[in-house]
Amino acid sequence: MDLQFTDAENSFRLKLRDWLSSVIPQLPHEPHRNDWIGRREYDSMWQRMLFDAGFAGINWPREYGGLGATPTEHLIFLEETERARAPYVGQNFVGLLHAGPTLITEASAEQKAFHLPAILKGEHIWCQGFSEPGAGSDLASLSCRAIRDGDDYVISGQKIWTSFGHTADYCEMLVRTDTDVPKHRGITWLIVPMGLPGMDVRPLRTLEGSTEFCEVFFDEVRVPVANRVGDENDGWRVAMVTLSFERGTAFVSEMLQSMELARDLAQLAKRVTRNGVTAWDDAGLRRDIGRICAELDALWALTKRNISQAQRTGLVGPGGNVFKLAYAELRSRLGELAMHLLDRASLSIDDIADLPTHAHVHGRIHALSLGIAAGTSQVQRNIVAERILGLPKER
Amino acid sequence: MDFELNDDERSLQEGIRSFLTGRCTIDVVRANEETGGALDRALWQELGAVGVFSLRADGFGMTESVLAFEELGRSLVAGPLVASHLAATLMPAAANGSRIVGLIEPSEPVNVAEHLASLDDLIVVRPEGLFVVDPAEVIGVHAERPLDALTPITAVSHLPQGKLIADAAAAHVWHRDGMVLTAALQLGLCLASIDLAKQYAMQREQFGRPIGSFQAVKHLLADMLTKAEVTRAAVYAAAVNIDGRGDSTDLMQTARMAKMLAGDSALFCGKTGIQVHGGMGFTWEVDAQRYWKRACVLDTHFGNSDEHAAAFSAAL
Repeated sequence: MDLQFTDAENSFRLKLRDWLSSVIPQLPHEPHRNDWIGRREYDSMWQRMLFDAGFAGINWPREYGGLGATPTEHLIFLEETERARAPYVGQNFVGLLHAGPTLITEASAEQKAFHLPAILKGEHIWCQGFSEPGAGSDLASLSCRAIRDGDDYVISGQKIWTSFGHTADYCEMLVRTDTDVPKHRGITWLIVPMGLPGMDVRPLRTLEGSTEFCEVFFDEVRVPVANRVGDENDGWRVAMVTLSFERGTAFVSEMLQSMELARDLAQLAKRVTRNGVTAWDDAGLRRDIGRICAELDALWALTKRNISQAQRTGLVGPGGNVFKLAYAELRSRLGELAMHLLDRASLSIDDIADLPTHAHVHGRIHALSLGIAAGTSQVQRNIVAERILGLPKER
Repeated sequence: MDFELNDDERSLQEGIRSFLTGRCTIDVVRANEETGGALDRALWQELGAVGVFSLRADGFGMTESVLAFEELGRSLVAGPLVASHLAATLMPAAANGSRIVGLIEPSEPVNVAEHLASLDDLIVVRPEGLFVVDPAEVIGVHAERPLDALTPITAVSHLPQGKLIADAAAAHVWHRDGMVLTAALQLGLCLASIDLAKQYAMQREQFGRPIGSFQAVKHLLADMLTKAEVTRAAVYAAAVNIDGRGDSTDLMQTARMAKMLAGDSALFCGKTGIQVHGGMGFTWEVDAQRYWKRACVLDTHFGNSDEHAAAFSAAL
């Protein structure tokens, strides 16, 4: 076991650090968090800059214009971009990390030639149409129907939790093409251009009041059969392929932020007062912060184990589920502790009274989603128990 | 960076495991309870011959040592394993298992010695240095019912000052390395608790199906495994740091991280293992209780997890 980086990894880091230090100071201000059009432009601009500098598609194979980097280099990329306070992947998330990798493995030559360069350059924004009101944890029970009519599929139904649905150009979509077979075998994966007749995108407000995700309604929307990726009714397998692109790096930026936030919280505790002394004078609070910081460091070590496993085998496997379970719980505890420390100042989502309220309160709210999005903690526990420990399924 | 076991590390760990599963079966462990937890000298020398005490004196690192100690913990091997391993560089007789060397860190509200009757030497680890004491000169009262039947204890009323054998710097390193080695034992306890609970959950049927198919039970096991895997990462990271191949130079801080995580996780896995066994978990017969009890013992070694959480915050 070795946690030190090789010479090649270190020189990759330095090259990236040089470039980041030359471009980050030139960046314009980030648009307001609810200015989704402005944020699309900003995210696309950043993606184009990465592309021009040769850093786009870090985990994509070289033959498709990516950098073909190892999982460890991907970790370094995320460490350095976080360190430099570089923009996040933002609205390019689905294209770069989900739809793109799926297209690379499963799409036709024509589909790849058209879509992949546009994703890499930040020209096309993608969204995801997987979940439905009736198909959450049980995704394979999805019922949004696509009926073949000549050279088209005619889609009717509803999708939900579609992030960037109102700004995206394309949607990676799972539809029901056969209702007479077991649920996993009647699903098809489609590339659906946004804005087609019969499509209605309605923003959903999150509990924080932001509108980052949408519901999408389909009323006899016609999509060419040529937009299908993989065979008809083979969409479940196509969708699962993407999971193998997860290389343990999914939460690296977040982890680094949380580790910094926890240490910031210790500094905050040293300057806010409570009953005439600082909050830091409370031994119980110090112990709580110490415990959370130590656990975050341990999760950082686990991240490196998962990345190392991906580097060796190409797969993270259930180690990723273990990480997500632990991280969702720990991030919640950090947020709760921060809100206790801020006490009544935590009643504002934005900064008030010169306190870093937003980082902590927004972070605590975000933590609520960690145990739900991309597989609830309950589903994660089922996966860990069934796939690692081999316990029987409930039914 | 490659934070997976390499082939040598893997085969070393497998070698220790195969020795222990042959020699230190759970029956051997249980039989030791009938002799009041007196240490078996023959076994101790075999452990010495396998190299668990001399690993680092023989040129291996902390990385290999934690892999070995994880297995010792998993097999519930009792006795001053960490102390004898730490003493191996100072005392050749500790390295080969011919003398059983224990240690004590003075503690409040009472000094508690373990395995006193079985020890040849007792090292007192004080901030100012390491002191060797003849166990026969330690005065105290043996507890009639130690919490862990395999860890006999003595409430010490008189602890001699002893003879200085190493300085404050050495004592600091003992404390730090002791934390990491103990954390590895605790990791092993977690893994053994999980194995046992899993077997039971698959075989025990209620309402016409194995209880391990119920999410209420399954999720307990998932939580155990999650804590164990986070702990494993922490313990291995602390060891790799000590060996100079790490990502942090604050070796004491990463050692604390490992000991804190391992203490919390071993207690959690121990008690949850009992819970999964239901009524049987509360019996002497089922081993689940043995893992929990050892977790209670090891949490008190080199500072418990609350103390490390507090100490960790001091560097923030």
